[in-house]
Amino acid sequence: MAKKVASSHSIPFWRDIRVLRVIAQVIFLALIAAGIWWLFNNLQYNLQTSGLKIGFRFLTNTAGFPISEGLHYSPTDVNGYAFFVGIVNTLKVSVIGIVIATILGVIIGISRLSSNWLVKKIAGFYVEVIRNIPLLVQLFFWYFAVMLTALPLVKNSIHLPGAIYLTRRGVYMPWAIPTDSFGTWAWYILGGLIVGAGVYMFRRTQLKRAERPGFPIIWAGTVFLLILAAGWFITPGNPLKLSVPVLNRFNFTGGLSLSTSFTALLLGLSVYTAAFIAEIVRAGIQAISKGQTEAASAVGLSKVQILRLVILPQALRVIIPPLASQYLNLTKNSSLAILIGYYDLMNVGTTIFNQTGRAVEMILLIMASYLTMSLLTSLAMNYYNKRMKLVER
Amino acid sequence: MDETRKRSHTYGDEELPPPIERIPVLRWLKENLFSSWLNAILTIVFTVFIVVLLFGLAKWALGARWEVIPANLKLLLVGTYPLEDMWRIWTTLYLISFLVGSAGGSRGGLMRQISMTIAIVSVVLAILPLALTTRGWILGMGASTGIGFLLGHFGKRLRRYKHIEIGLWVLSLPVTIMLVNGISGILPVVAGRNSWGLMLNVIGAVVGIALSFPIGILLALGRRSELPAIRLVCTAYIEIIRGVPLITLLFMASIMLQLLLPSNVRPDLLIRAMMTITAFEAAYMAENVRGGLQAIPKGQYEAANAVGLNKLLTTTLIIMPQALRLVIPAIVGQFISLFMDTTLFGFIAILELLHISRSVMGNVQWRGTIFELYVFIGVVFWLACYSMSYISRRIEKSLGVGER
Repeated sequence: MAKKVASSHSIPFWRDIRVLRVIAQVIFLALIAAGIWWLFNNLQYNLQTSGLKIGFRFLTNTAGFPISEGLHYSPTDVNGYAFFVGIVNTLKVSVIGIVIATILGVIIGISRLSSNWLVKKIAGFYVEVIRNIPLLVQLFFWYFAVMLTALPLVKNSIHLPGAIYLTRRGVYMPWAIPTDSFGTWAWYILGGLIVGAGVYMFRRTQLKRAERPGFPIIWAGTVFLLILAAGWFITPGNPLKLSVPVLNRFNFTGGLSLSTSFTALLLGLSVYTAAFIAEIVRAGIQAISKGQTEAASAVGLSKVQILRLVILPQALRVIIPPLASQYLNLTKNSSLAILIGYYDLMNVGTTIFNQTGRAVEMILLIMASYLTMSLLTSLAMNYYNKRMKLVER
Repeated sequence: MDETRKRSHTYGDEELPPPIERIPVLRWLKENLFSSWLNAILTIVFTVFIVVLLFGLAKWALGARWEVIPANLKLLLVGTYPLEDMWRIWTTLYLISFLVGSAGGSRGGLMRQISMTIAIVSVVLAILPLALTTRGWILGMGASTGIGFLLGHFGKRLRRYKHIEIGLWVLSLPVTIMLVNGISGILPVVAGRNSWGLMLNVIGAVVGIALSFPIGILLALGRRSELPAIRLVCTAYIEIIRGVPLITLLFMASIMLQLLLPSNVRPDLLIRAMMTITAFEAAYMAENVRGGLQAIPKGQYEAANAVGLNKLLTTTLIIMPQALRLVIPAIVGQFISLFMDTTLFGFIAILELLHISRSVMGNVQWRGTIFELYVFIGVVFWLACYSMSYISRRIEKSLGVGER
């Protein structure tokens, strides 16, 4: 006992690893804090000399600049709302881009494994070409060369089947517009969703009890669609009306119009990201060994069952994490919108900065917006990975 | 295998020679293009598609005004770099091709192939109808590669030759920058360096990777540190940088950086852009290096510990050399994407290739050559990036990274 005390006394504190660790961390943090304090001091001084003060009051001032995209907005609205419109525009182009890129990417990824030599080569060519040209070059190509130069003026627009018009002013296509009775029908949509989800849960537990776990999407979907159809006939008048673009003297009216910058950005982002998704899908499918397929067919599963119960669940586990990071990349890449004039959050943010001179606040806001998106995605991914791990072990 | 052969021997079965292929082409077609009804339809549809596409492309390419490229080649490649200073760029290229040639001569393998390619490409380019002096300069590049190759080939017997080579490679970056940019007192500084065309893409990518490398290693080690404070700070830095797009950081560099620095420090725009690129790439570099560190088995640490090495020596002598070797392909990949990202420099009014081409498009004389210019830019980037990713795949194979 006495010896132990003596030995603990014999280690001087400057050699005690526990003490040293604490000291190292304190010094490190002190250095970081000093650096930040120095930067902050400079900032304060520089702002003082230019007569500015940090604060977010300016967000409630009138914006005064137009945004020709997205939510209903007028220049008399406040800066904060303008920024919100920008965020919604970023989300809009990202979500639609993700859907298109996923569809395109899955098709190309599967094509790269096709037994048809020509299809395989074309898919490989697509991936190698698209991945090795900078996204911004592609965006400029779509915007300046295709949308603004190659497409015709409004009066001799390219007419695609289904009343779709391509012009230098944008793309016009038919669209369903809600009428007065849409409000009534909306309740049926909500009801259909709730009942559909209920049916899904019920079938899933039923299948689980029968030891045949699956995803009864078809059951739930059918119920949902049936309720929608019933609502359509019960509601007086049509809840939705088809609106077709018509050429007036100067431009098209009616239907849905997509601006040139939106179309170019959407095309560029989806085409670019699809190449990366294709590689992920290919790698995911190749990761499943052939023995799995053979074993499953030896047990007597049908081809569809093999794909649904053996290949897909395993391939998805490999595919989904990198896929999510591609989705995040697409969202971050949508910030290039500013270079082709689409009003995303980066573009609106810099415009507000130009109007108000609030550099620090706007950069904080823009970064916080992107970080929130990243954080939400990685939280969702962590949850997914955790769940998948539990299933595995 | 042996067993079957033995059995067939004992039973006296004669092995039949494989059937002679009458028309192997037809068989290949049937197997690869017409193996089923669906495949046959796909083949026909895509053949028609490709033929139509190629015809359209050929028709356009034959009628295009390609003269816009040679007429503006100097502007696109080096921008407003003064003609009388062009020798500096050529000297730089000679230095680098000499080093590549020397490495090819002393090491062989991939480096030899690269130096061969440089020599062949320079001869081919010299045949093109360019200005006579330009062709002379280009031929000189092939010559300097050749001289380097010979020197490397015979010099490798000397002791320390390879060490000297590595030293020269490390020195080449500052020497290059001094040559191209100029340094006060020795070489006059070249003005207008915010519009140097493709050269800015290359410089941005090289400087970005080179400077982010040491910072990235420190960040990676910090993220794996046992000390929570260090780990937390490094992780936060990496995740924040990786969570925002590069363009927001460039925006910050162009408007906010001077607010954060003392009023007498006002770095030039290009310097600020380089700082931003370095800070951005360091986070990605850290993640790449961390991937390499994670691949090192625990036994290596334990063995180093058992031999009596302390933490610093374990890291620098045992772990890092192995980890960095593993991440070379990933770093090449990062270099490629950084090279492509340098097109964003245009956002803060630094005219690299993509943005300097807009001044050609705006020129009345070259109105309507927008497609030609974008195709040229696309081809330049594609060639550079594809050949680098080819090299990266070769390195990966020789390291055996993918096959474990």
